[in-house]
Amino acid sequence: MPHDDHDHHHEHSHEHGGQPYRHPFQRDHDADPASPYEVLEQAIRELLIEKGILTSEEIYAQVDLMDSRSPALGAKVVARAWVDPAFKDRLLANTRAALAELGIDIGSLADFRVVENTADVHNVIVCTLCSCYPKMLLGIPPAWYKSLAYRSRVVVDPRGVLREFGLELPDHVEVRVHDSTADLRYFVLPRRPEGTEGWSEEQLASIVTRDCMIGTAVPVEPATSAAAE
Amino acid sequence: MPEPKRKTELRQGAGGRAAHDVGGLDFGPIDRTEHDLALWEKRVDAMLILLTGPKKGAFKIDAMRRVIEDYGQQQYDSTTYYEKWIRAIRNLLVEQEILTKEEIEAKIAAVEEAMRASGRELQGGSVPWDDVGGRM
Repeated sequence: MPHDDHDHHHEHSHEHGGQPYRHPFQRDHDADPASPYEVLEQAIRELLIEKGILTSEEIYAQVDLMDSRSPALGAKVVARAWVDPAFKDRLLANTRAALAELGIDIGSLADFRVVENTADVHNVIVCTLCSCYPKMLLGIPPAWYKSLAYRSRVVVDPRGVLREFGLELPDHVEVRVHDSTADLRYFVLPRRPEGTEGWSEEQLASIVTRDCMIGTAVPVEPATSAAAE
Repeated sequence: MPEPKRKTELRQGAGGRAAHDVGGLDFGPIDRTEHDLALWEKRVDAMLILLTGPKKGAFKIDAMRRVIEDYGQQQYDSTTYYEKWIRAIRNLLVEQEILTKEEIEAKIAAVEEAMRASGRELQGGSVPWDDVGGRM
């Protein structure tokens, strides 16, 4: 979908020195003064319900579905691929069918591709034109994924952007940036870290974070991550 | 609040890019602050999925993209993600003759009145109308 994220009340990160700064403007509760856009949302919703085009039950159900999708779903897919090489092959060859095996329906999307990180290749995803994202596996994209800064820069300076995320890749690793579209979404299959032999799928899934599946992070084995903290 | 400096020359130049086409430009450091969506934003997302879904078919997702990609740079940069969406949904519902401008304006007035009555503060102001299909 089309999109970037900009807030004109607490506008923009400041580029001049210091930490980028922006108040979070999106909240779980609606205690702040209602903006004209929030008023417009309510007006449109009420009209559509009055005219019988939508029902409030449908809207609630859709919001619930959105809330139910989180990176945990993607992590489950990754963990399965790590423990089951045949599943991984099917996931890479025919993503739609492989996800259906796990009860995940990618809906009307024309195409969905899984890109695999290896010892020599690191993948990262973006949508330069808007905010296309593998929502069915990861839920709502983080604000930075939709930001002009990420969208503009990751395609020309991926290593620099990854460094901003704290991910330094060795020079010999090729970085591939995949630009998503409304009809084609990508999903990164991270590399299974060393030292996780014999782990259960649940243990493995626990180290696969959202950013690992976007490609701005890599899974870290807990002993290492504890040491890093 | 002062506008930050941005390397946007390619978007502004003659024959340049549309406002949404930013790949390869440089908008500076990435703000990685995480935040949750407000309920109204989730509802906008939900309405779009329902309206473009096979059951309702009010308009296509491509039409939504067309409307947002037609936003000028000023409008594109000054509105948030879901602000762009609800504005585009409004435009498309009028374009598709599902709602009229008059009923939307009347409903906005009623919603504002109800919010005031319930003690909810209003920021004030309104979402400008866009010229869509000559119906606004």
